[in-house]
Amino acid sequence: MTSDNPGRGAAATPPAGAARRRAGATAAGGRLRRRVGTVLRIAAALALAGGVYAGFAPGSATAAKDPASLSPAGQEGKALFDTNCTSCHGPDAQGVAGKGPSLVGVGAASVEFQVSSGRMPMARQEAQALRKRPVFTYDQTRQLAQYVQELGGGPQIPEGSMKLPGGTPEEQAAAVARGGTLFRINCASCHANAGGGGALSSGKFAPDLEPANDRQIYAAMLTGPQNMPVFGDNQLTPEQKREIIAYVHTLKAQEPGGWGLGKLGPVTEGMAIFLLGMTALIFTTLWIAGKS
Amino acid sequence: MKKRARIDVKALPGTAANAADERLQVARPLRAVFNKVFPDHWSFLLGEIALFSFIVLLLTGVFLTLYFDPSMSHVTYNGSYLPLRGVHMTRAYETTLHISFDVRGGLIMRQMHHWAALLFMASIVIHMFRIFFTGAFRKPRELNWVIGVTLFIVGFLAGFTGYSLPDDGLSGTGLRIAHAIMLSIPVIGSWTANSLFSGEFPGPGAILPRAYIAHVLLIPGILLALISVHLGLVFKQKHTQWPGPGRTNTNVVGERMFPRYVIKQGGFFAIVFGVIALMGGLLTINPIWLFGPYEAAAVSAASQPDWYVMFLDGSTRLMPPWEIRAFGHTLPPLFWPTVVLPGVMFTLAMAYPFIEARRNRDTAIHNLLQRPRDVPERTALGAMAVAFYLVLTISGGNDPLAENFDISLNAMTWAGRIGLLIVPPIAYWAAYRICLGLQQHDREVLAHGVETGIIRRLPNGQFVEVHQPLAAPDAHGHTELEYTGWVVPKKMNRVGALAPAIKGFFYPVEEPAPPALPQAERRELESSGTR
Ligand code: HEC
Ligand code: HEC
Repeated sequence: MTSDNPGRGAAATPPAGAARRRAGATAAGGRLRRRVGTVLRIAAALALAGGVYAGFAPGSATAAKDPASLSPAGQEGKALFDTNCTSCHGPDAQGVAGKGPSLVGVGAASVEFQVSSGRMPMARQEAQALRKRPVFTYDQTRQLAQYVQELGGGPQIPEGSMKLPGGTPEEQAAAVARGGTLFRINCASCHANAGGGGALSSGKFAPDLEPANDRQIYAAMLTGPQNMPVFGDNQLTPEQKREIIAYVHTLKAQEPGGWGLGKLGPVTEGMAIFLLGMTALIFTTLWIAGKS
Repeated sequence: MKKRARIDVKALPGTAANAADERLQVARPLRAVFNKVFPDHWSFLLGEIALFSFIVLLLTGVFLTLYFDPSMSHVTYNGSYLPLRGVHMTRAYETTLHISFDVRGGLIMRQMHHWAALLFMASIVIHMFRIFFTGAFRKPRELNWVIGVTLFIVGFLAGFTGYSLPDDGLSGTGLRIAHAIMLSIPVIGSWTANSLFSGEFPGPGAILPRAYIAHVLLIPGILLALISVHLGLVFKQKHTQWPGPGRTNTNVVGERMFPRYVIKQGGFFAIVFGVIALMGGLLTINPIWLFGPYEAAAVSAASQPDWYVMFLDGSTRLMPPWEIRAFGHTLPPLFWPTVVLPGVMFTLAMAYPFIEARRNRDTAIHNLLQRPRDVPERTALGAMAVAFYLVLTISGGNDPLAENFDISLNAMTWAGRIGLLIVPPIAYWAAYRICLGLQQHDREVLAHGVETGIIRRLPNGQFVEVHQPLAAPDAHGHTELEYTGWVVPKKMNRVGALAPAIKGFFYPVEEPAPPALPQAERRELESSGTR
């Protein structure tokens, strides 16, 4: 979807992609601009179509246009949304071509993940929205989420604790171990075995899991933010998601072997042997032999 | 009856030594050994780090063998590391977890063993740099250079087999890659891979028990033999030394083996051991419990080999996907960066002493070292090789680097590809110019004297810096000192103007100012042997 040719394949591109392309092409000649114009028009048409579709989709948001039909929390959320998010996501979260996608149908889980981890409101256009200090309180985040939920439905984080259901210590340990196996098979390819994260192509990356809290981990699996795949409930059951969360906690908790050097594996180990071990020993040689 | 003689404690060592000598006749050879002279310079101790970390490797390794079982049979983990309870794994992985969590002192032994392995390879490489850049590999020591390169290669194999043994996620990934590399060799590839792994990998082959025997018996045996020959040759051919007052191509100036040299070496061993123990105790290395048992489907991000293998990983990452098909065979792109490239690199390294001698038509025997600046061409070539190796190694770790420094991984790969072509020539050029510059400065000081930092204003208003000539100057204020390729004093307190402000590492040593010209600091001793 990142083809360099602005003219071709436009019909198959979602609005955000098409418009990102426009940003890159403004400096180019008039013909290009005309072509881009076409792309934009198609994009806008698509966005409109998306909106219209969303309007008729099941669990539909037709009512959303009417503030009176929103729950009190949803109304609070709409107020917050209108002041903070419409610049990119458009009124009624229909999306703005080139700035932000439509949020109709992304669900409360996605909003809560994006806003509570500080990714939204996004500060600037970049390869990947980054975790920042959250702008909104927990309650405001929930209101925003509620608003988007009422607009178009979508996945929600289940209420209640994310902890494993109780059991004997043996059962708990077995659940964590299952979570570990699931983690290594489903998540480690991007987030690395130790959860320290890893690079993806073109400046994108899977982040360190250290700062994520339980609900964010759950929401990340449920909604698949940006380049992360969605792990819907038929891929990983809620039970398995909880096991994975429990395992991620053990990753954060313990370092039986001493300081983990950022948990980056052989790269930092190699640096350590030169910067610490070798350097210390070369100073020792200077000390015991002297520079004759 | 005579009274039994009282034991004279003072005479005891003498009588004991005498008794030993009468039976073993060791006094004469031992005296020669004890009196053997070793030159003293910090850079001559780098090889010792490798030797001492090898000893630590043997000691900790023996401990690990007591508990490790290289079996690939399947078990269910039931040890004390809870997050893996009930997971199916091989016995090899289970016993490694057992060492880490249930054997007293097992984890620190494992970590010391691994840190010592990294240190072993690191010190071999640093030691090689010293040998290379000072020309210590020249005749008569070419053979020892070749042995040194071989030690690196065998050490590499030791490290790789060791890394493969625990059968965790990382080691399995490593073995998988090794398997693919073998398969990429034309004609004999699949045969080699099949016979080494005895079947497909991953699969119920025999690779772990084989790697184990190689790791604990064959490779240490070869290393031990090579190290003995290496040191034996140093002993026989005598150590090289820096040029300097009183030092010639036919003598050795330094300290006697006994007692000072031996004491220093003993102390140094203790320090190397201490550094390894500290690292083993404080810094996690290879936390296999996080990697889980090896499963072909689970490959973690940031899967890297240990640093000395990383250059191969890097060359593979940089290699464009060019596949060659000819004569009904496919030559996968993997073949070039992982078989051909290291082959060429190691062959060139081994052949270098002979290449250089041939180029310079040099058949003389060299026991004096050269300062890197005095042989700009070699230094520049070395810098070029180091740069090449560094670009490859950094590219081998490019995904964690990209992630942590917020660089695009694609940009890193392209930077590596371009860097591999342009950084080495730049390193060559820069090193060459730096060498010439340093030489030039030496010559200036020899001709004009040391810069004193004192600025004098002449009657005509001109400012000049006062120089302290190193010998009586002629009418023009120039000194006719020969360029000898050895340290030229460049600071006033090196020529005795000021007593050194603080000397000594831990507490100041008060000493009278040194004599006006640098002289051999220690007693000059002729080596007991004759040349
Ligand atoms: C500067 C523009 C900008 C602002 C302001 C902004 N967003 Fe976004 N938002 C984006 C872009 C661009 C994306 C698409 C991110 C991507 O996938 O790379 C996005 C994605 C999202 C998503 C994920 C959609 C999905 O497909 O799951 C959510 C939820 C979201 N934004 C919510 C919000 C909320 C709530 C606010 C207001 C508090 C907000 N955003 C403010 C630009 C913005
Ligand atoms: C294809 C690669 C990929 C896989 C597989 C993957 N993730 Fe992610 N993950 C990502 C990326 C990329 C992001 C960053 C998304 C963003 O910034 O919006 C991410 C973000 C996250 C976050 C948010 C971290 C934060 O900073 O708040 C969590 C938590 C997370 N992933 C958990 C998981 C778990 C658990 C799994 C396994 C079930 C998993 N991921 C599998 C790529 C992946």
